[in-house]
Amino acid sequence: MAKLFAITIVVIAIASAVPIILHTWEAPVDISTHGKLIDEQMSETMVEAGICFLASQLILGFFIWRYSNRPQGEKIRSFPGGARGLVAAAVIVVGLEVMALGAFGTRAWAAIYFTPPSPQAMPVQVQAGQFAFYFRYPGPDGTFGPIHPEQINEATENFFGLDTTHDADSKDDIVTAQFAIPVNREIHLLMHSKDVGHSFFVRELRIQQDFVPGLDLSVHFTPTKIGRYEIVCTQLCGLGHYNMKAYLEVMSQEDFDKWLKQQAALQ
Amino acid sequence: MHDMSAHVVHHHAPPTGFLRKYIFSLDHKVIGEQYYLLALVAVYIGLILSWIMRIHLAWPNYAIPGIRFLSSTGAPGGILTPEYYLQLMTMHGTIMVFFVLTTAPFAGFGNFFLPIQVGAEDMPFPHINMMSFWVTFVAFAVAIAAFFVPTGPPLSGWTAYAPLSALGSVAGPGQGTGQVLWAISIAIFCIGQLLGSLNFITTTLDLRCQGMSLMRLPLSVWGWFITSCIGLTAFAVLMPACILLVLDHVAGTSFFVPSNLVVNDQLQPHAGGSTLLWQHLFWFFGHPEVYIAIVPGMGVVSHVLITSMRRPLLSHRVIIYSLVSLAFLSYMVYGHHMFVSGMNPFSSIAFSFPTLAITIPSTIIVLIWIGSLYGSKLRINSASLFALGFISMFVSGGISGFFLAQPSIDIMLHATYFVVGHFHLVMAVAALFGIFAGTYFWFPKVTGRMMNETLGKIHFWFTFAGAYCIFMPFHYLGMAGNVRRYQAFVDDFMQPLLGVHKFITIAALITGAAQLVFLYNLIHSRFWGERAPQNPWEGTSLEWSTTSPPPFDNFGGKLPVVYHDPYQYGIESSTGDYVMQDSPEQINTVRDER
Repeated sequence: MAKLFAITIVVIAIASAVPIILHTWEAPVDISTHGKLIDEQMSETMVEAGICFLASQLILGFFIWRYSNRPQGEKIRSFPGGARGLVAAAVIVVGLEVMALGAFGTRAWAAIYFTPPSPQAMPVQVQAGQFAFYFRYPGPDGTFGPIHPEQINEATENFFGLDTTHDADSKDDIVTAQFAIPVNREIHLLMHSKDVGHSFFVRELRIQQDFVPGLDLSVHFTPTKIGRYEIVCTQLCGLGHYNMKAYLEVMSQEDFDKWLKQQAALQ
Repeated sequence: MHDMSAHVVHHHAPPTGFLRKYIFSLDHKVIGEQYYLLALVAVYIGLILSWIMRIHLAWPNYAIPGIRFLSSTGAPGGILTPEYYLQLMTMHGTIMVFFVLTTAPFAGFGNFFLPIQVGAEDMPFPHINMMSFWVTFVAFAVAIAAFFVPTGPPLSGWTAYAPLSALGSVAGPGQGTGQVLWAISIAIFCIGQLLGSLNFITTTLDLRCQGMSLMRLPLSVWGWFITSCIGLTAFAVLMPACILLVLDHVAGTSFFVPSNLVVNDQLQPHAGGSTLLWQHLFWFFGHPEVYIAIVPGMGVVSHVLITSMRRPLLSHRVIIYSLVSLAFLSYMVYGHHMFVSGMNPFSSIAFSFPTLAITIPSTIIVLIWIGSLYGSKLRINSASLFALGFISMFVSGGISGFFLAQPSIDIMLHATYFVVGHFHLVMAVAALFGIFAGTYFWFPKVTGRMMNETLGKIHFWFTFAGAYCIFMPFHYLGMAGNVRRYQAFVDDFMQPLLGVHKFITIAALITGAAQLVFLYNLIHSRFWGERAPQNPWEGTSLEWSTTSPPPFDNFGGKLPVVYHDPYQYGIESSTGDYVMQDSPEQINTVRDER
């Protein structure tokens, strides 16, 4: 029984590691400027975690095999170095390594959060609400018109509660259900929620940020590859949470300008 | 060390009458059994909920039989509506975390064995102890009632983030009455826990028998003692948070709801509240809570492992200090649940360092366990198999924490199945293994009968292999971007993952069925199991020096006197390779705590 258990632990440990080693399921193509740091951090953590995982499970299995069914008269022996050596190993090998990992990981976080957006970044607003994302571009005047929450009306498709009659800044705002941006241009994404908590997650962009009702948040990033990518909501927001998504379209500057003109005509 | 118990507990006569003996019992042993039975009912409800969820995820068009008995509207034709999936998911998490993982390892085993292991007749406040169980029972009844109100239970998850949880029924089905019942249930549960912690702490500090110094306490007692200390401050924060949430529903307040929210084109009548405030309050409780779930298991597993290895751990004190540091650090890490929540990103970095640091005491404990196996004489039985399985599960679940502790990596893994795999392995499965280890180990003492070893081993094999088959793939799903709390996977990038979900569901059904083997073993052995000797495992601690089951006052009127620490194994004595704590026999030993 003990030997069977030991073998089972070893088999499970190795089987668990196989999909990782074979890179079966991993992050998709990186279309961001900060993604490389995140991906490197992930790989380093995976190596360290993998070593700790395999070592501890294999040693556990080996000790169960070796130290069960011992002869009656055999004396108990202690691990060389006793508790002291193991405490040292825990603090130095695992503890300091893991802290070092964390320290290095701050670079990737800082690249996203500790640098402000450049003044030339293109502002786009996103509003999350049960159960859709809507986007707003400021139009030629470069200013977003004020939001009047009491005027939000899904039936008339006034998703942002704009008053184009009285607010001059709102007249040229462009509201869309699709998030299109030009490639290699920094985007300043201004985020707010209409109702409950939501989250904005684009795996290829290496961005995940919650919307907080009552707070105006923002993230900034530069997309580096043209393509179509899914935006999914990752903060439980109600019965339609599973279906709350939109598409990010990264286009050439030319295609983006054309698209924006088309969208403006539809307002 | 004088005997304090004579001053504190009145020596009482044995209880008479059915109600006093079995229902409103003042006896810590009966109360412990009541808590365990409550957790047993709760875990099978939670298990069935998980089966329904898993079947829906793998085969969304399959009509699940019998659902109409649970809800007439939640699953028309046996197919779950999106909201009902979330409602069942919310109750699965709530029931499992509170009524199983916080109840069985701590209140269940702790109530029964803490007084015995410290050498006391009972806890110092038996009436408060009885109330703690019945208050918990009422909390459970209120939670279950949420299933049967017209709009059903809440759908906001066991975490109940605001404003979804605070806006009322406008925010979704179940968010009215169901959410209020949920919050009331949890607030009542907190009261029960506080009453229980009161007894545990005073018993440990004040009722130890003569010779039982703090360092001579078994590690199971340290686990329960430390857990009750964590519980005091953690539950004391959750209770007011739940009260504020109820007030937002019924009293027109806006603690958690800011102004200008629009739901269904209606401006909501709230202003001034903070969404993030709920998260801070909840997770300030929520992170210590996961240590409340696991620390008793660490104590029990240490205790079972030592008895099974026939030698003490490499250092008794290092384990105690590590458990204390875990408890202390557990208050400093809660923000790791909020890295991308919108709180100040500097806070995320600040929280990530103690989160990474908490790996140190956890690793120390695991290495001491594994290192103590070296040179030991391991006895394999159902109890020791689950204790060893605990180590494997805790390691697997703990290591995925290396990823989640780093904010930059959390960007890719937050709210995915990676998180779900992490907490199920490190908390749910590991704690369950601790409960099983404790059950197989202490069943003879509690009932006076042995459990069936063959059935125990069958239960172990299916559960160990099955739990890995269920939860290891969750990590891969998370790395592939599978978002959690989705009732269906409609996104393009998730389509290739549907086959994995089918595999997991099949594993979950088989592993769940194995838990019926455990239930059968429990019930059959209780009535028809082989009679148990006083000390079937040749253990040293005080529970083994009394009868199986113990008399109503634990030690038959004469409190023990302790001469040794609880882990004198691997020595030579008149009884064999161990000496009981209350044996005055002098022995040759490497170290005997004073």
